Amino acid sequence: MSPADPAAPAIHVADLRKTFFVPVREAGLRAAVTSLFSRKTKAVPAVDEISFDIEPGEVVGFLGPNGAGKTTTLKMLAGLLFPTSGEISVLGHVPSKRESAYLRQITMVMGNRNQLQWDLPALDSYELLRAIYRLHPDDFRQTRDEFIELLDLGDLVKKPVRNLSLGERMKVETAAALLHRPQILFLDEPTIGLDVTMQKRIRTFVAEYNRRYGATVLLTSHYMADVQALCKRVVVIHHGRILFDGELSTLASRFGAEKTIGVTLKEGGEAIDFAPYGRVIGTEDGKVSLKVGRDEAPEVAGRILRDLAVADLTIEDPPIEDVIESVFAEASRDLAAAAADAAPAAR
Amino acid sequence: MTTESAALGRPAPPRLVGPIRGLIDIYIAEARLAIAQQLQYRAANYMYMIGMVAEPVIYLVVWSTIAVQQGGSVGGYTPGAFAAYYIVWTLVRNINIVFTPYGWEDRIREGRLSAQLLRPLFPIVEDLGFFLGWKPVVVLLWLPIALFLSLVFRPELSPSLLQVAVFAVSLLGAYLIRSLNQSSLGLITFWTTRVGPIFQLYIAAELLLSGRLVPMTLMPAWVQSLASFLPFQWTFGFPIEALVGHLSNEQLFGGLLTQLFWIIVGAILVRVVWHFAIRRYSAVSG
Repeated sequence: MSPADPAAPAIHVADLRKTFFVPVREAGLRAAVTSLFSRKTKAVPAVDEISFDIEPGEVVGFLGPNGAGKTTTLKMLAGLLFPTSGEISVLGHVPSKRESAYLRQITMVMGNRNQLQWDLPALDSYELLRAIYRLHPDDFRQTRDEFIELLDLGDLVKKPVRNLSLGERMKVETAAALLHRPQILFLDEPTIGLDVTMQKRIRTFVAEYNRRYGATVLLTSHYMADVQALCKRVVVIHHGRILFDGELSTLASRFGAEKTIGVTLKEGGEAIDFAPYGRVIGTEDGKVSLKVGRDEAPEVAGRILRDLAVADLTIEDPPIEDVIESVFAEASRDLAAAAADAAPAAR
Repeated sequence: MTTESAALGRPAPPRLVGPIRGLIDIYIAEARLAIAQQLQYRAANYMYMIGMVAEPVIYLVVWSTIAVQQGGSVGGYTPGAFAAYYIVWTLVRNINIVFTPYGWEDRIREGRLSAQLLRPLFPIVEDLGFFLGWKPVVVLLWLPIALFLSLVFRPELSPSLLQVAVFAVSLLGAYLIRSLNQSSLGLITFWTTRVGPIFQLYIAAELLLSGRLVPMTLMPAWVQSLASFLPFQWTFGFPIEALVGHLSNEQLFGGLLTQLFWIIVGAILVRVVWHFAIRRYSAVSG
């Protein structure tokens, strides 16, 4: 696969594995002394034979609980970690070689990590980044001014970084990470700790950057609003393995076992017992919310419309957080079952 | 605009400047950053410099006293010669302050190294540029201290133009040798997590074998001959002697060549250690 091959995916990952060897020892002085002479390590598989392709210009959400292997995967893609085995190609480059030509085309934003000079205005750090990436001064200035406008940075870039709030700092950091106009963005929790307004600002900026420059984005976030706003496609990872890779909407239909029907009755109607229709989960401002099985939802909605004087009726997919939770719960059950099956053979 | 991006109506990738201009730009940008940062904390930095003067002043007072007690000189050094040696020492010391192995510890522990590794620049080049950048500020701040010490201790100093020129070049050599050596030491952090004890050993060896504690000519012959196989004296003793001593032209130019040799050795060492260190970092960093 060559970088010039337009048919090639921007990111190609095949059978990727990363195993960390972590030192282990019992508590206590004796164990501490023993460990001096005989050091024991435990193999911890962080990423376990994952494969996926990402097309140029795609924005993909990489989801999973803490310790699932998301950041490890991103670090391997960015060339910060050597894979234990498997194949990675990003824009035709092998990331672990860390070639300058590759590093010039990528960026990785790690939430809460500061790469700007703490005591100086961000503009000074931007100038250093211009030099490091060997950017032509005219092109650099154009990009910088464009980002200052898009992110509404204004005078923030003229204040010492230490005087900025977390949200302001994240905005100037995000601009810094993209000044060299990378084609691949690895965003690891880019909105962590930010308030809702600031999260939205960063999301809008990433979306605009993707639209304007056709960049490929791989994003991890615990905020589903980030994922819903930016990503059509999600890859769900748990215990280092991919559980789902597909459209976000498909995830909801596959793993969201229930739908929510909201019913508002016409005024003056009698009090109704909704139990025959589904599980009532709440009533607010005259609107009753019912949980029903995904497959039964159309039929139940039809019955409600036939039986009752309905002013308004809605059918909604469950919140994406609930869907993701059910994906992980299902995976944990499968793992537990597999462990139980394997146990007798191990005795 | 490239054909592909033009077809999609997207801006062309940014243009790049040439590699040589790029490298010059990096050093200029690092120097600007370093100077701006130093000026931000000018009072604290000045206090640090004044504090640093304590070390040579102690050596100077001790050796001057011994010289007086021994009839006016020790090994050819009069109190005035000692004063010249240790006042020049203060400048050499300020110039050869470099990014220490402790810096590597912090950089790895706080995750800043990962951010640096994402950039198309060898981190040690960044360190060299940054520390070199604030040396002009250091020299400016040093001048009043040197004036004060000269008024108090009356140095005997009358260098030739050639000595001044060799001294100036040797300062850069000392800076590079010490930077590269300490970078190699710092890279040990990739295996040991803590590098403090090893660094302390390095400093102890440097004190004895560099001319930092005492001019090398006052050391026993076996120490001098041991030092001749090591890089330390080229970071302290040689630059000082180049200005205040009585080195022949051969010794002056030979010294610069030896510094060049140690710079090459240091650069190779850093490259080799880096090769293994980065593999280690990439293998274990979670």
